[in-house]
Amino acid sequence: MTTTEAPTRLFGAAIKRREDPKLITGQGNYIEDINLPGMLHAAILRSPFAHARIKRIDTEKAKSHPGVVAVYTGKDMESLNPLPCAWQAGGVKNNVNTPRALAIDEVHFTGDGVAVVIAEDRYAAEDALALIEVDYEPLPVVVDAEEATRPGAPQLHENAPNNICMRWTCGKEQETDQALQQAEVVVRQRMINQRLIPTPMETRGYVARYDAGTDEYTIWMSSQAPHVHRLLLAAFVLGVPEHKVRCIAPNVGGGFGAKIFVYPEMAVVAFASRQLDRPVKWVETRRENYVATTHGRDHITDVELGATRDGKITSLRVTTYANLGAYLSTIAPGIPTTLYGRMITGVYKIPNAFVEVLGVYTNTAMVDAYRGAGRPEATYVIERIVDILADELGMDPAEIRRKNFIPPSDFPYDNGVGMLPYDSGNYEPALNRALELVNYEQFKRDQAEARQRGKLLGLGLCSYIEVCGVAPSKWIGLPGEGWGAGLWESANVRVHLTGKVVVTTGSLPHGQGHETTFAQIVADELGVPYDDIIVQHGDTLGTPFGYGTYGSRSAAVGGTAIFKSVQKIKEKARKLAAHLLEAAEEDIVYENGKCYVRGSPDKAKTIQELALEASVGYNLPPGMEPYLDDTTYYDPPNCTFPFGTHVAIVEVDPETGMVDLLRYVAVDDVGNVINPKIVDGQIHGGIVQGVGQALFEGAVYDENGQLVTGTLMDYALPKASELPSFELDRTVTPSPTNPMGVKGAGEAGTIAASPAVVNAVVDALSHMGVRHLDMPLKPERVWRAIHT
Amino acid sequence: MEITVTVNGKTSTHNVPPRMLLVHYLREVLGLTGTHVGCDTSQCGACVVLKDGISVKSCTVLAVQCDGANIVTVEGLAVNGNLHPVQEGFWEEHGLQCGFCTPGVMMAAYQILQDNPNPSEEEIRAGLEGSLCRCTGYHNIVRAVKYAAEKMKAAPAGQTPTAVAAGSGEAVP
Ligand code: FES
Ligand code: FES
Repeated sequence: MTTTEAPTRLFGAAIKRREDPKLITGQGNYIEDINLPGMLHAAILRSPFAHARIKRIDTEKAKSHPGVVAVYTGKDMESLNPLPCAWQAGGVKNNVNTPRALAIDEVHFTGDGVAVVIAEDRYAAEDALALIEVDYEPLPVVVDAEEATRPGAPQLHENAPNNICMRWTCGKEQETDQALQQAEVVVRQRMINQRLIPTPMETRGYVARYDAGTDEYTIWMSSQAPHVHRLLLAAFVLGVPEHKVRCIAPNVGGGFGAKIFVYPEMAVVAFASRQLDRPVKWVETRRENYVATTHGRDHITDVELGATRDGKITSLRVTTYANLGAYLSTIAPGIPTTLYGRMITGVYKIPNAFVEVLGVYTNTAMVDAYRGAGRPEATYVIERIVDILADELGMDPAEIRRKNFIPPSDFPYDNGVGMLPYDSGNYEPALNRALELVNYEQFKRDQAEARQRGKLLGLGLCSYIEVCGVAPSKWIGLPGEGWGAGLWESANVRVHLTGKVVVTTGSLPHGQGHETTFAQIVADELGVPYDDIIVQHGDTLGTPFGYGTYGSRSAAVGGTAIFKSVQKIKEKARKLAAHLLEAAEEDIVYENGKCYVRGSPDKAKTIQELALEASVGYNLPPGMEPYLDDTTYYDPPNCTFPFGTHVAIVEVDPETGMVDLLRYVAVDDVGNVINPKIVDGQIHGGIVQGVGQALFEGAVYDENGQLVTGTLMDYALPKASELPSFELDRTVTPSPTNPMGVKGAGEAGTIAASPAVVNAVVDALSHMGVRHLDMPLKPERVWRAIHT
Repeated sequence: MEITVTVNGKTSTHNVPPRMLLVHYLREVLGLTGTHVGCDTSQCGACVVLKDGISVKSCTVLAVQCDGANIVTVEGLAVNGNLHPVQEGFWEEHGLQCGFCTPGVMMAAYQILQDNPNPSEEEIRAGLEGSLCRCTGYHNIVRAVKYAAEKMKAAPAGQTPTAVAAGSGEAVP
């Protein structure tokens, strides 16, 4: 950090969020709150079949329903291109299997739209849906990824024999197999990482307004990445240059990955608005959100781990069927490959590892990034199998972790499966701190004593690593492997003549509090009052391009872009001050918002004075342009690699199989922390999504491809009464990747919690010979494990 | 059908379709968009408001059932620009992230504190049974409610802040 320590330092301060006053008084502006004059409302008819040919659609009755303005089918929208799939990992050749605005000849899952009604109000639009007649010819259905690859399974797409989208590998196959053969001990396990539904509390929604005068679209969207959506919609779907599309994300009610992607309904509202020359709004119902928005996870994995008898891991082989759903979502192939396979070795030094992934099409909702995206799946595999190895060897799970941790001296560390080098890490202190907080030795005594009384207590560890601040464009963009685009971020910082500092960013907060944390960065660096800093985002018209907010990348990438713009402004301010103070530039010190000649701080020019000078512009040094205004396009040299250890303590009721999460301790190392309040909040929320996967959540399709868990009544989201408060602590290992030393905190909790909780439940039952249980650990599953 | 409803202290009369939900009446007829819709099965609690002093899910109540009722929404929690202690608690304790569930959760929290001015953590968690938040993990929501409880206890007798007209309507059993 370049700033001298001042008592008012905001970097690291747990200040409350500036976003909140508006949100707690009901003044938030979410997508459903956008109302435009003359606005029409859309409702979409979705297929009742998971796989069928569309033979005939009759919309006449619906069209004559009172209040209905238009009804469109897929044929009417044939001029729109299919959506793009950007991430072609594994050399995906059939990345043309993407959804269209509405299905034309064939539907492949129950989220497929077949017609849209546009009406004066939503009630009328919904009523008219029932009047549309569609003749379907049902086709055979497959929902399980492994089954889908078997000979004779129903086929979704002609260009994907056996429903295989891609086969992708990483690591050293021969060496790994050899090491497994020679290993003193080998443990094997099949693990199901069940399908999850992201469930942001605000569903998706879009409002499009086409302006015939300028031939331009404005699209309000509940989105994590409006710039990307503009680019993909314009260039790939609508076939217009990007300046003809403006995207605006208002307040966004959560995303968790599901709002990163381009969706058919974006194109539907844009099309209808243009046809009808009126604004068109569509907001998803929860039921639609469950059938039509992307899901996450859904892996079937076989894992083999080889080790020496004293617990040194020598080899790891992983084979995964990754269910991708009916079509490819925007970055779907990248999740079970780069973000999963290349993270499979976790925090351990494993000399031989090999991962094979089959990406598979099934008649289910598209699967794409959901909080953690690949990393929770990888962490689950390694953290479960390490516990199984500990059980096999009769070793303490903490000890076996210590024994295999990558030592601090090995950083930057190449994990051998093609991830970028881990930037920095020191895993043991986080583990030790977590064990100290739970009083590990005492727990073991309590557990033994409780077992005597028939009480089942368990403790589960998870030492995780994740890759955050996902960026270097030359790595992530690699054709055939990466996503064919960059992942840099940009930011503009401008000091206006009033002294107000306006920051515009391409990042897109949807609960993370960027307006607060980004202002904290600028306040310290520039030395201006926090309240004078305004952070703007969300409108592609007024902000520089950004890839958006996901992958815990906004502080490390977007934040650094801001940091760098501030440095440029300070440089210019020093040049200007040198001119005004008639001194040499090298002699000018920038400190706490002031420029002065070294040794004479009393004769200083404040940044506000300099901004005024730069703005009026009549006394500038030769060649200097007016204004303090700078933009940075920041492409980091590496990703960041946060880590930590989480510990769950559970009690299992032997009578009912109910799991009670008694304590949860999290020690995370996310590098330097800008705002501890916000970081802690991210960890809390992340933990609950991980606990949700471990204990409650799971999307279930029946054999006909009907989503059985189609409402919040059937899909069990964690509730307050099912959870304890959490005990958090931190170690701090700054990232050398960026000048602020930050790593990212948005996904850590989700990545660590599922394995920690499952490990705890298995530990509680281990004396009964239970070695593995598949999530979610609902009472019935646990009860059966106890009673069989 | 014609209904006369008092919302946040303001009484008005409107003609509404019989099937219109209270939440749509609030959002679309009155323009009070602070109350949100997060589901279609009465699970999420994003839509909670007070009806005659009792918290209800406004997605589950018809507007016509509110003829003569006294409704308080999130917009009515602050009085003359002074935040209600529940709102203060959510701000101080970082009880919200995306903020979408927050209006409903705050109204539920208000009800918890009406029923029990000094709730334990367990009681707060039980009281949030009808509310879902996907962002916060509830940890800081619990803290926010505790903060509000402390704050309300500390207020001198008779000056406990209350939402506009909350509870001043006829009590509903
Ligand atoms: S909108 Fe979900 S309970 Fe009312
Ligand atoms: S704050 Fe986002 S759902 Fe509660």
